[in-house]
Amino acid sequence: MPSAELKFDKTKCTKCKTVSCLTKCQYLDFKSKEQARKEWQKVINGEDSFILQSCTTCYACEEYCPLGNHPFYLIVERQEQKGILPAPRPIITMWINQCQPVGKFMVGKVEQRALSYCFLPHFATLVKGKLFDGIAWAVIFGQEFFCNAVYLHYARASIIKERLPRIIENIKNQGIKELICLHDECYGTFTSLAPAYVMEVPFKPIHYYEYLYNRLKELQSLISPLNIKAAYQRNCSARLCPETDHYVDDIFQLIGVERIKRKHDHEDALCCAEIIRMAKGPSLADDIQKRNIDDMAAFGAEYCVFNCPACWDSLALKVAKRGIKPIHMIDLCKLAISEPQSLRLVEATAEV
Amino acid sequence: MANTSVVYDSLVKIVGKDFVSDRREERYFYARDGGLMPPHEPDFVVMPRTTEDVQEIVKLANREKVPIVPIGAGLALTGLVIPQRGGIVLDMKRMDRILEVNERARYVVVEAGVTQGALKNYLQRHYPNLRHSIPDAPPVATVVANAVIHGQGRLSQQHGFNSDMVSGLEVVLPTGEVCRIGSCSVSSYWFSKGAPLPDLSGLFLGWFGTTGVITKLGLKLYPCKKMRDVMVFLADKAELVPDIMLRLSHTEMVEDAVVSAAPLPLRFRGTFWVMAYITGDSDEELEFKRKMVWDALWEHFENRDVGFLSVPPDMKAPLMSMPSKDTTRFADVSKGGGFQYAGPITPIEKFPAFHRKLEEVAAKYNVFYASTTRLIGAGHCMMFSFSFSFNRANPDEMARAKKALDECSRFSLEEGGVLWKADVDEQKLLMNKMDPNTLALIRKIKQLLDPNGIMNPGNWEVP
Repeated sequence: MPSAELKFDKTKCTKCKTVSCLTKCQYLDFKSKEQARKEWQKVINGEDSFILQSCTTCYACEEYCPLGNHPFYLIVERQEQKGILPAPRPIITMWINQCQPVGKFMVGKVEQRALSYCFLPHFATLVKGKLFDGIAWAVIFGQEFFCNAVYLHYARASIIKERLPRIIENIKNQGIKELICLHDECYGTFTSLAPAYVMEVPFKPIHYYEYLYNRLKELQSLISPLNIKAAYQRNCSARLCPETDHYVDDIFQLIGVERIKRKHDHEDALCCAEIIRMAKGPSLADDIQKRNIDDMAAFGAEYCVFNCPACWDSLALKVAKRGIKPIHMIDLCKLAISEPQSLRLVEATAEV
Repeated sequence: MANTSVVYDSLVKIVGKDFVSDRREERYFYARDGGLMPPHEPDFVVMPRTTEDVQEIVKLANREKVPIVPIGAGLALTGLVIPQRGGIVLDMKRMDRILEVNERARYVVVEAGVTQGALKNYLQRHYPNLRHSIPDAPPVATVVANAVIHGQGRLSQQHGFNSDMVSGLEVVLPTGEVCRIGSCSVSSYWFSKGAPLPDLSGLFLGWFGTTGVITKLGLKLYPCKKMRDVMVFLADKAELVPDIMLRLSHTEMVEDAVVSAAPLPLRFRGTFWVMAYITGDSDEELEFKRKMVWDALWEHFENRDVGFLSVPPDMKAPLMSMPSKDTTRFADVSKGGGFQYAGPITPIEKFPAFHRKLEEVAAKYNVFYASTTRLIGAGHCMMFSFSFSFNRANPDEMARAKKALDECSRFSLEEGGVLWKADVDEQKLLMNKMDPNTLALIRKIKQLLDPNGIMNPGNWEVP
């Protein structure tokens, strides 16, 4: 089977006035727009550039590009072509092996509409109550439905190209017409990554924020405004689907939550940094996490609202230690309709 | 030939009829352990309550020339408490009192039936500042049996074998005398098993109950910090593992270092998982130790040869669990609940060769494998487990696992390793290779202490 080609138009970059993909990057420094343009041209040409070595794989350039030209996917392609390892080799090996589709999966009572847990067990805890009435059992989970976008972090576009068509086929074979993606990584895979590689997606991906918003409107009579101030923790894969960000504001408005206007939100959001810890070591990761949490505290956040379970795993305990209550978006919506929070903090370092 | 009714009646007289049995079901149960050694039934099972009970039973066994096999929970897996020649199995479970904790001298004195789980629980409740080196055995494993087999535990990287942490013994000799070993022989304190006296503990530790019955044991306790964490590093080259372990132990910050390797679950395939455990009384202390560990491995990290794995809480919990429950899970991989391992003690430089052998043997005999390696005593040596699981209802699979284990044991010896908790066949391999004068010394000691050869016969029998 011929490998899918990335849909990348280099002429768009030639005409680009901003080079935002690089000039907005929070981790790479360029003396000028011209230097950024020069370095980027090297990447396009397949030449060596420090960008390929220094990229933290935060995904943000996918959002920064005003032309939808997939700069990050190109970086990943070039890293792989040059054998550059964004993370140590054993970590990449572990990820490649762990998520192999080898026939292990879970399918609930799936009809035309289904929920995708992707490969994240947290959702078994989160998906409960009235918000999911009628759909809680329509679940797909496991390697056979794993979106594979994580390999963008590990310079393995080839794995995505190899496995994603099978994943899409598996979902289609369940007769699913609408797939509610509980993780941005899945949603972004089907709405950004797959189209970038010209893969047809024969079902409609629905972001779970859209689902929650609509469901909350149905349950509006049950909503008691929470009247809280919350910091929103944007995750790396939110960069693949920035068009869904408005749902955060829409949901917050519906349930009486103020999204604090802090420095590190929206385009300037900082990721949870655990992937960066595995790629670059603890100094940068600790610094990012500290700046992020300091920022939440400085702007008076009472809660930190998580979208991604992996961000929860890496940051929940740390924000709690700063006196900010961690909560997943699904749980926040539950609180608003007087249902209890499901995903709770695990004191991972406590047992002696 | 002993008069069985005389023995039975005498045992009833010593411990009461509720604690003696010659019934088939008990003899069946005590004839085997969870490993691959063939079963052999005892004639009697008896459960003493006191040291005096043990004394009387040992005297009886001497009089009647009946073998006697002391047993803790019977979890060694290498058949060490299978009564090879029948006789009396002395089940120590009823001697389950924790007799003393000296908080300031940091030791505990326990009876022979006290389990690891009971001691852990007791210390957590009453002495939360103290802990002992918990082995990765089920919680019903006894403290004494673990010391007798030179077990290792969660503090072995810092403090050596669990038997090195023994601080005194009370032993009923094979001839019936009660003997105290260590500081407790001249003092009311149990702080040392030997020094500054002649260290006689070596007459009992590692002998698998062939030189006496340990009835009480002093065990060193260590500070229990408020917080504990595990850092997981991954390598994909066996050749790098010894250096990683040495670097970790060089920090003197790691209380336990374990390497896991297995082909399944898939996340393990192709990588070695190095777990470094650290503790602290504050976030700052823990963070400092994390930094030291990172610094130790930074060169390999920069070379992209060693990776750090951020472990989510649900994955971290089983790694933090003491004892680890992974062994139990592994034991049922082949569905049928059988598992055994050969765990030679060896220099850590042997890791690559041992791992290669493990893969080779597993493929040769078509058995599922895993390996867990624990660093012992600041890099002085390691325990490398060649572990195989099997279905107990599948004799063919069991036979293949046994062959695989035997081959691994022979290989370990050839490579300079020493077999740990060796079964009777492996003991013969060891003795064949042993210095003749050492062997003669073992024979002399055994004859001196156990003139009638009643103690756990079949084990450490010098030809």
